[in-house]
Amino acid sequence: MIVDPSADDRLDRAFMALADPVRRRIIARLSRGPATVNELAEPFQITKQAVSKHIQVLEQAGLVTRSRDAQRRPVHLDAAQLEALTAWIDRYRLIHEQQFRSLDALLATDRGTNAAASDAGPTAGTTNTTTQEEAGQ
Amino acid sequence: MTNPVTITAPEGLPFIDIEREFDAPVAAVFNAHRDPELVKQWLGPQGYEMDIERWDFVPQGGYRYVHTGTDGEAYAFNGTFHSVRENEFAIQTFEFEGFPDVVAIESIAFEDLGGGRTRLRIHSTYPTVEARDGMVQSNMELGVREGYERLDGVLAA
Repeated sequence: MIVDPSADDRLDRAFMALADPVRRRIIARLSRGPATVNELAEPFQITKQAVSKHIQVLEQAGLVTRSRDAQRRPVHLDAAQLEALTAWIDRYRLIHEQQFRSLDALLATDRGTNAAASDAGPTAGTTNTTTQEEAGQ
Repeated sequence: MTNPVTITAPEGLPFIDIEREFDAPVAAVFNAHRDPELVKQWLGPQGYEMDIERWDFVPQGGYRYVHTGTDGEAYAFNGTFHSVRENEFAIQTFEFEGFPDVVAIESIAFEDLGGGRTRLRIHSTYPTVEARDGMVQSNMELGVREGYERLDGVLAA
């Protein structure tokens, strides 16, 4: 397989940018919508200049962009770029989605529905261990 | 076809709201929360072994379980069940033992939508906004690690 060196370079820069807790928190904040440098600096004990530097690193890595909006220059998350790298920003949602899909699968089995039909209290499920493996696959 | 999950983490407020519908009757969804053998089959991220030490899904009951990843790393969680009303409602506390004393209170509403369908509504309250964000981010950090592993895979291809 041919590895495109420029794509490689971009990945390196992006992962380097994300290897810092402040920058990850900035990304997390931006995942909820654009924000100005002042807004981004608020939760941190560090100077606005330091936050600006962090944003610059994220910008160079192609993870965020800045637009001009009258006096404000809000920082935006470049969702497409981030998505192209990994889906980690969405991890929390993905974990729940995955978890609920497993619950869907369980509910679709005899075991899940029988438990509901008999509804015989906390011991209802423990009497039946034979279908456990097929339900859990 | 799966139903979408909605997660809301409002800026500056220590809450997480999660909503999801299921194509199953409310009694089945409730039982999947009550019976530890069933809980084991769906709770937690994929690829983790779940070992339930205690699971008493009753008022003033409690739980403790350990998730173990394929790399052998273990994550333990515990809490108490405060209120449990069959096919309707439950309140539990939630503590990740890696961050002791940061305890979330979660209410779970089991809503019968009729026609064999159920809506689950989870409202988690954290002691601080930082604790809430830390919770979301701890999952993200795991994701970053997995991202690196995926990157390794891409580069090795």
